Amino acid sequence: MSMINYASREINCKLVYYGPGLGGKTTNLEHVYNKVAPAARGKMISLATETERTLFFDFLPVDLGTIRGFKVKFHLYTVPGQVYYNASRKLILKGVDGVVFVADSQIERMDANLEAMQNLYENMTQHGYDVSKIPFAIQYNKRDLPNAAPIAELQAALNPGWPVTDPMKQRPLPDPHHDSEFLVSQEDGQWIERAPYFEAVALTGDGVFDTLKGISKNVVKTLG
Amino acid sequence: MSGASSWSFREEDAKRIQGILSGFLGESNARTALIVDRTGQMVSTVGEAPAFDSTAFASLTAADFSANDQLARMLGETEFGALFHQGERESMYLADIARRVILVVLFDNRTTLGLVKLRVKTAVVQLTQVFTEMFNRDGTSAPGVESEFLGEAEDEIDKLFGA
Repeated sequence: MSMINYASREINCKLVYYGPGLGGKTTNLEHVYNKVAPAARGKMISLATETERTLFFDFLPVDLGTIRGFKVKFHLYTVPGQVYYNASRKLILKGVDGVVFVADSQIERMDANLEAMQNLYENMTQHGYDVSKIPFAIQYNKRDLPNAAPIAELQAALNPGWPVTDPMKQRPLPDPHHDSEFLVSQEDGQWIERAPYFEAVALTGDGVFDTLKGISKNVVKTLG
Repeated sequence: MSGASSWSFREEDAKRIQGILSGFLGESNARTALIVDRTGQMVSTVGEAPAFDSTAFASLTAADFSANDQLARMLGETEFGALFHQGERESMYLADIARRVILVVLFDNRTTLGLVKLRVKTAVVQLTQVFTEMFNRDGTSAPGVESEFLGEAEDEIDKLFGA
C-alpha cells in the first residue's frame, strides 16, 4: 500500500525480506547499506538479540531521488526468521508493497524453507493480501556452498507457480533474468505463473542488487 | 484485494491536520506532534522540528504500537488506544487514530502528562474525522503518477542499484 503524500510530495514503498532463520535476510540489507551511495540511504536499524539474531526487524530506508516532482523512497525491512517469532514477523508485513523470499539453498534447509514459505502465505492471507498479486521475488541464497541444492529442485519445491486465470495473461512471458525460461508458461494444459527468482551469495554481495532491482521495478510499476 | 489499499495524502488534508495539531500544541504546551502511518511512514510533523532521524523514528513507532496491540489482545483487550513512554526530561504519548495512523506527542517538563492527555482527546476526535474521510475517499479520485514516471523511476533504480 504505497502511500502517496501529495503534501510533502513523497512516495514511500515498503519491501519486506522474508525467509527461514539464518538464510541471509539481514546480510542482504547490510550489503545494500554498505554499497549504496551514503547520501541515498538513511540509518540502518536492527532490533536484534545479543547474539545478533533478528528479534523484531531490520530497517533500511533508501532514497531513489526525485522523479517527476516526487521523492521516492524504498523502506527495506527484514523479519525475524526463527519460527517462534511469528507474532512480530506478521506485524512487519502490514502495508507491504513487495516481498523478497530469501531461501537458504543448502539441501538440509529445504524443510525450513518450505515452512517459512507456508508461513508467508498464511500471514499474508491473514492480512488480506495475495502473494500471487503483489510484487514477489525469490532469492536463492548461499549458491556458493557445496551442499547447495540444484535450482530446478528449489524451484519445484518453493516456486511451483500459481494458475493464471486471467485470459489476457495466458500467453508465454519470458523470464528477463534467465534465458529460455518463462515466468508465465503452459504446463499440462494449464497456464502457470512463477515468481521471478535470483541466485545470490549475500555474504559477498553477489545477486543482492539484482534482486533489489527486480523487486523495486515491479513495485514501481504498481504505482502507475 | 491484491495488496493493502493505497491511500493518498493531499495538500488540503495536510492543512487541516496541521491546523488541528497546531491548536493542540498551543493548548497543551507540548513540543512536537507527529502523525505516523501504521505501516511505519511519517505523514506529518508540526511544532519544533525533531533533531532525530524521523524515518527511523516512524518505523519504530509503528512497530511499538503494533507490538503493544498484540499485547493488548493477549490481555483480552481489543487494543491499547494510547501509550505513554516516560523519560527523565523527554516523554512521548501515542494515540491511535482511526486504526490506521498514530498521533505521537513529544513533550518535556514545560507541561504535564495530565494536560497532554486532557487536550489530546479533542485532537483525537478531530483527527479521526479527517482521516476517516480521507480513507473513505481513496480509490475513487486520487490522482495517479504521471505516465513518464515509470520509465524515469526504472532509470533511477538502475543508476542507484547498478545497471
